[in-house]
Amino acid sequence: MSAALFEYTLRLGDDALIDGQRLSEWCGHGPFLEEDVGVANTALDLIGRARLLLAYAGTVEGKGRGEDDLAYTRDEREWRNVLITELPRGDFAFTTVRQFLLDAFNRQLYERLCLSLDATLAGIAGRAVKESEYHLRHTGEWVLRLGDGTRESNRRAQRALDDLWPYTAELFESDPVQEQMEAQGIAPATASLRAAWLHTVEPPLRSAQLMIPGNTWPQTGGRQGMHSEHMGFLLAEMQFVQRAYPGQAW
Amino acid sequence: MPDDYRRTLIRQISQHAHSEVVGQLPEGNWITRAPTLRRKAILLAKVQDEAGHGLYLYSAAETLGASREEMLDQLLSGKAKYASIFNYATLSWADVGAIGWLVDGAAIVNQISLCRTSYGPYARAMVRICKEESFHQRQGYEIMMTLARGSKEQRAMAQDALNRWWWPTLMMFGPHDAESYHSQQSMHWKIKRQSNDELRQKFVNQTVPQADFLGLAIPDPELEWNEERGHYHFGEIDWEEFSRVIAGKGPMSRDRLEARRRAHEEGGWVREAALAYAEKQGTRAAA
Ligand SMILES: [Fe+2]
Ligand SMILES: [Fe+2]
Repeated sequence: MSAALFEYTLRLGDDALIDGQRLSEWCGHGPFLEEDVGVANTALDLIGRARLLLAYAGTVEGKGRGEDDLAYTRDEREWRNVLITELPRGDFAFTTVRQFLLDAFNRQLYERLCLSLDATLAGIAGRAVKESEYHLRHTGEWVLRLGDGTRESNRRAQRALDDLWPYTAELFESDPVQEQMEAQGIAPATASLRAAWLHTVEPPLRSAQLMIPGNTWPQTGGRQGMHSEHMGFLLAEMQFVQRAYPGQAW
Repeated sequence: MPDDYRRTLIRQISQHAHSEVVGQLPEGNWITRAPTLRRKAILLAKVQDEAGHGLYLYSAAETLGASREEMLDQLLSGKAKYASIFNYATLSWADVGAIGWLVDGAAIVNQISLCRTSYGPYARAMVRICKEESFHQRQGYEIMMTLARGSKEQRAMAQDALNRWWWPTLMMFGPHDAESYHSQQSMHWKIKRQSNDELRQKFVNQTVPQADFLGLAIPDPELEWNEERGHYHFGEIDWEEFSRVIAGKGPMSRDRLEARRRAHEEGGWVREAALAYAEKQGTRAAA
């Protein structure tokens, strides 16, 4: 097996799952019914994506672990998602701005992953890029409404952006796993990804009267399993049934 | 359209819409804890369907001149009713199975009958909804089957869920025919096509063999096949509990309404922002 490919696929799968888990917390609690449907829709796509990626990670690893083994029996230090995905859902502005930043990232990432030399990842990316394109349209419209809506909504959206921006650096971090994947033509180069991402998020943020904060220091650690204190609670909730009744079929 | 007929329809359709919306909550309580990723995705899709059902039904009521805002106000102020079944708590993963199997199962029995209701837009919403409800029931039964075939602990969990959800499900069909004023009116107008007791009996007849197949016991000592009448005889519902929960004193009544109110209040600034933005866009387009 390729340890780097396992690690890389796990990162993608964990990002999708933890983001989907957080979004699914909104189900039934959105600001209005149409949005309950909309948020659930994105969460469903992300969880579907996570299932494909984690199942593939298990195959690459070759130790017989399936999607559920990886989702339900890993402890905190073994999770590889970026920190931005695990932060509590906050208010609707926080969730929307976070999702907008991640949708824009996913949209660029999966477009490039369609050309991956790893055929399975390229296949998963083909579906993911269309979903993320759609999610981005949805959150992009919301960023405009919130940023350019009322003073209150602008204040909340700006605060969310200020809080979230330092976490975005982690999306473009490089390390030996990333370098090896790039060298093998499996993953796109992070540098070009960052430029494309900025190009995607800047114009809508500007139209929404939102200011990208300068002078922030990057908050990172997720790829090494160094998570925030929120992660343990997320896992405790998500894994509860499997932990309470180990080894059973559900 | 006669005024009374219109009012009755608005009342019934909006109550039905509220039930779909509040109905997201008990199962929604388990989305973040679903024990496998496949179950999580199915449950999320199901709860999303319920929100969609709420949307079609509010739209059907709007065709009769009711506004969404008015209907929502009535729900949040506690004036409007919604299905009492959602005022019970989901305590274990098996409850998600039991709700799909029993509660969606009972909803299907009611709603199939409503596909022939006299008001077209309501009937059409029902046809669409019924298709999705049968997927809901199947996923619930499948969960129960997995638990019933599983470990001792899982079987106990499934039995406990059946014990707690059985009677409240039978209550979903409403009071006995003789005691149901609204029901008689609605039958007369052909809004309702079969009586409460007929529908309840139909549900019991179809559900008992399903419980047998699971190897689970229905918590009713009087339950017995009646050869002569060709149906299952079953015990009397606890009508005191029924009235109590209808009156808003169910175990989760306070929490459900509170959850809806909180979502609505916390969403206030979002709705205002959307409105303000749309207005600005309108002005910009005009300029
Ligand atoms: Fe429904
Ligand atoms: Fe349903």
